[in-house]
Amino acid sequence: MTGSGLAAPAAGAARSPGTWGGLSPTARTTLLRAGSIALVLAVWEVGGRIPVALTFPSFTETAAAFGGMLVDGTFLRAYSETIGPLLVGVTLTAIGGVAAGVAMGLSPKAEWLGVPVFVILQAAPSAAIIPLITFIYGIDFTAKVFAVVLLSTPVIVLNSYRGIRNTPISLVEMSQAFLASRWQRIWKVILPAASGLIFAGLRLGLAQGFTGAVLAELLITPTGVGDLITFYRSQAEYDHMYAAILSIILVASVTITLLARLEQRIFRPELRTP
Amino acid sequence: MTDAAVATDPATATDPAVRVVGLTKDFPGGTRALEGVTFDVPAGELTSLIGPSGCGKTTTLKIVAGLIPATSGEVIVKGRPVTGPGPERAFVFQDFALLPWATVLRNVAFGLELRGVPKAEREATAREYIGKANLGGFEHHYPHQLSGGMRQRVGLARALAVDADILLMDEPFASVDEQIRRAFQEDLLRLLSEERKTVLFVTHSIEEAVYVSDQIVILTRGPGRVSNAVQPQIARDGTPDEIRRNQGYLDAVEEIWGQLRSYVEEDMRAPEGADR
Repeated sequence: MTGSGLAAPAAGAARSPGTWGGLSPTARTTLLRAGSIALVLAVWEVGGRIPVALTFPSFTETAAAFGGMLVDGTFLRAYSETIGPLLVGVTLTAIGGVAAGVAMGLSPKAEWLGVPVFVILQAAPSAAIIPLITFIYGIDFTAKVFAVVLLSTPVIVLNSYRGIRNTPISLVEMSQAFLASRWQRIWKVILPAASGLIFAGLRLGLAQGFTGAVLAELLITPTGVGDLITFYRSQAEYDHMYAAILSIILVASVTITLLARLEQRIFRPELRTP
Repeated sequence: MTDAAVATDPATATDPAVRVVGLTKDFPGGTRALEGVTFDVPAGELTSLIGPSGCGKTTTLKIVAGLIPATSGEVIVKGRPVTGPGPERAFVFQDFALLPWATVLRNVAFGLELRGVPKAEREATAREYIGKANLGGFEHHYPHQLSGGMRQRVGLARALAVDADILLMDEPFASVDEQIRRAFQEDLLRLLSEERKTVLFVTHSIEEAVYVSDQIVILTRGPGRVSNAVQPQIARDGTPDEIRRNQGYLDAVEEIWGQLRSYVEEDMRAPEGADR
C-alpha cells in the first residue's frame, strides 16, 4: 500500500477499472496521496525517535510545537510581518514579469535586450546578492520586497517568454487565415496557449518569492518567519524551528495549489472535464 | 491588371476563381521551393495539388491563402491580387489547428468571433454547420475528447461557417485513418455540392485526388514546378464503389502514377527522406 503510494502520484494516470476494489479514480488518487504523505511522516517520526541527531525532533514533537505556535498566535504575528513584502514583491513581479516575458516573446527587439539579463539573473547566486541589497535599500520593507523580486523575477519572465514562443505555429496561422487582428491573435490565441507555462512560472515564482522573503529575514533583518527560525535555533528549540519550516512549506503549497485552480478556471476549462 | 480586366464582372462563370501565375518561392538560406508555378482553379470546382513530398504543395496553398508571401509571381483571387488572407478564402489545416481550450461550438464559430459577429448569431450559424458536418450533440465537447476524424470535421465546419467562396484544404485527411477517410470524402463531396464552393485541395494520395477532384495539378520537385494538369472524366452519379471501378477513374489514377513514379523510385534509392 505505502510502496505503491510513492509510485503513483500522477492523477488520472491509472484509469484501468477494477483493480482497486471498486474505488473511484478520484478516491484512489486521494488515498495514494494520503498514503504517500503518511509514509514520509512515519519515516520522519522514526528518524526523530532513534534519534538521528539531537537537533532533529520527531514529527509528533514538531506537530505539538506547531499546534502551540498556532494557538498562541506566534505564527499569526510572524506571517503578518512576512506577508507584506512577499505580497508586494510577488504582485509587482507577476505584473511586470509576465508583461516583460510576453513582450520578449512577441518582439525580437525585447527578446534580444531582455533574455540574456534574465538568464544571468536566474543563474546568479541570490543568497550571496541579498546582503548587498542593504547597501542600496537599507534594512527596511523595500529591501525585503527587493529580495522577493530578485528571486521570483527570472523564472516568471523566462516562463512567460517560453510560453509565448511555444505557441503552436498552426494556431497562429489559423488565426491569420481567419482574419484575426494583432490584438485578437495575442488575446484569443497566443495568451491562452501560453497560459500553462505562464502560470507554471507564476507558481515557481511564488515559491521563489517565499524563499526570497525568508532569506531576507534570515540575512537582512530578523523579522517574521525567518526570525522564528533564527530565534528557535539560537534557543536550541529545534521542534519549534522545524515547525516554522513546516509552516512555510504548508503555506507555500496551499498558495500554489490555489493558483493552479485559478489558472484552470480562467484559461483552461477543458482540463476540468475528464 | 488592365482597366479592361477590372471592368469585366469577376464572377462570370468562365473566369477562374483563383489564378496562380508564375509563383516562385525562395526560403531563407536560398532553398528554392517553387519555380514558375502557374495554374487556374475554376470556380465551383475542386482542384487538387498532388506531387512527391517536398514539391511545395503546401507552400503553394499557403501563398494562395496569403499566409506566406511569394518571392515573385502572383495569386489572383476573383480578379484581385492576393496580399494577405481574405474573407473569400477559408483554410482547413492538416493538423486541424483547433483551440484546445475551446468547445466545438466556439471553435466552429471562431472565424465569425474574430469578425465581430454577435455571439447569438455566430453560435446559430455554427450549430447549423455542426449539424451538416455530422457533429450534432458534440457542441460542448473539447477537441481532446474527439477522434481525429471528428476534429477535422470541426475544422471543416469552421471553414464553412465563415461562408468563404474558396476553401483551401491542406491534406485534410492525412491524420485520419482509412475507413474514416473514405466516409469523410463522401461527406466532403456532398457538402461541396450543397454549398457550391471552389476548392483547392492538397493531398499526397493519388486515389483521393482522382476521387474528389475535377482537376488535378501535378507538381514536380526540386524546385516545385507544374508538370501537368489532369481532368479526370468520371461520371459522378454512381455509388462510391461504382466510381472507384469506373474506367475514367482507373485511367486517371494510372496516368498520375506514371508521372509520379520516377520521384518515388528516386526516394526509395535515397538512404533518407529528402525533406521529411
